[in-house]
Amino acid sequence: MQQAKVKVENLTKKFGDLLVLDDISFEIKKGEFVCIVGPTGCGKTTFLNLLVKLLEPTAGRILIDGEPADPQKHNISFVFQEPSAYPWLTVEQNIRFGMEVKKLPEATIRQRTDEVLGILGLEKDRGKYPRELSASTEQRIVIGRSFALHPDLLLMDEPYAPMDIKLRYYLEDQVIKLWQATGSTVLFITHNIEEAVYLAEKCMILTNKPAKVKETVEIGLPHPRDIASKEFVRLREYITQQIKWW
Amino acid sequence: MKKPVNKLKSPEQRKFERERRKNVLLSLSGLVLFFVLWEVLVDTGVISSRALCSPSELVGTLLTKLVSKNPDGATLIVNMLASLKLAVLGFLIAVAVGIPLGLFMGYFKAFDKFMTPIFEILRPIPPIAWIPIVILTLGIGLGAKIFIIFISAFCGCVINSYLGIKLTNRTYINVAKTFGASDWQIFTKVCLPSAVNMIFAGVRTALNSSWGTLVAAEMLAATSGLGYMIQMGRRLIRPDIIVLGMFTIGSIGALMGLVLGRIEKRIAPWRDR
Repeated sequence: MQQAKVKVENLTKKFGDLLVLDDISFEIKKGEFVCIVGPTGCGKTTFLNLLVKLLEPTAGRILIDGEPADPQKHNISFVFQEPSAYPWLTVEQNIRFGMEVKKLPEATIRQRTDEVLGILGLEKDRGKYPRELSASTEQRIVIGRSFALHPDLLLMDEPYAPMDIKLRYYLEDQVIKLWQATGSTVLFITHNIEEAVYLAEKCMILTNKPAKVKETVEIGLPHPRDIASKEFVRLREYITQQIKWW
Repeated sequence: MKKPVNKLKSPEQRKFERERRKNVLLSLSGLVLFFVLWEVLVDTGVISSRALCSPSELVGTLLTKLVSKNPDGATLIVNMLASLKLAVLGFLIAVAVGIPLGLFMGYFKAFDKFMTPIFEILRPIPPIAWIPIVILTLGIGLGAKIFIIFISAFCGCVINSYLGIKLTNRTYINVAKTFGASDWQIFTKVCLPSAVNMIFAGVRTALNSSWGTLVAAEMLAATSGLGYMIQMGRRLIRPDIIVLGMFTIGSIGALMGLVLGRIEKRIAPWRDR
């Protein structure tokens, strides 16, 4: 049996008297792509912030490879909802950033940067600054920067929220390509159920606040997925039913 | 088949050049209108020539002062160099001390708490108010004058560098944190480049302040300098000398601003390309 890469044990978060996350436990296997869906405002972003130690949990713990998660020790990447490509760095320098922080060997940095730029089709823009490119390209740079680190755990917080449907599918396909190329473990938060079924191997449904894991749905469809297929539609409708709190 | 080289400019380039020509023309028209209006006001006696010289008279005085030491005892070039030495030294020391101080205050909380009360008391004191205490402590030499200019330029550097760090986008810091960046890496790789715009705004303010305080600094027993020349012009009721001094200060200030803009473009190429 495959060993758990990430183990979350009894994770609880309170802000004063407000209980946001209530005793959440789950495991993610190495190289898995997991989507987290839940009602708006249920605490999905708080959950990710806890995983990367931007917030401290009230109780519980997060283990990566059996050790408490620590961004300085583990390779963790986070793709935020807000644009986060560094405007003072070129496309290439942005992709290199995480690897330079981790002080990886120069040859590895160069090889991975070229690989990511190739997958994203950004070779010709490598010397450009983010302000010279579109918002969707900026988000592609950010995603490329995260995958280039070959992270133990990659967290993505609704990275495509502001984009239209056509662009989303295009970018989602690129994420799948990067995930397959790097073998990273991905935790992807979205409120778009179709997106979750399109991407995930496993879909974790959270309840309304205080959030608990209501159910984990296995999506056994091969990539690339047909959004009009019977099974795809069935899974999407099932998860939609499960997410309803009214 | 080899493609013919298209030497014709693209419509965007042509539009850009048209726009640039229009802007240059507008700037020149503004200057011409300003000088013509000034000349007319003085020549027609609306403003007395005892109070203000005309632009044509100013040109005459400028040409004379290039070689003549009269009436203040130094040629315009000597005065310019004396003032440049003062203003540039005071300005550079303020930049060298003020920027690191502001950056560290902005990033390191304990240092901020330690420094802020002292800085907040010193900040509102106008540079001219320092003159008496500077005379008593540093005398009336070069050091005293440089100190006055330093004080005037220093605060702008500190405040802007401080704010530049404080206003760093939280998401940029969080990205670095999740990559496992150390505090020092976050400071140098994220906060510092993010603060560059604000730092340069501070340096510009500092440059203006240092030129602005020049006249006050040269009140301290100077024998040359543009501020001194202006003082002498006032004593001798020579508005042409006063205006020439003012005009030279303005022109050098504008020139230095231009140089600063070039340096800024070199250091922060991501801003406009």
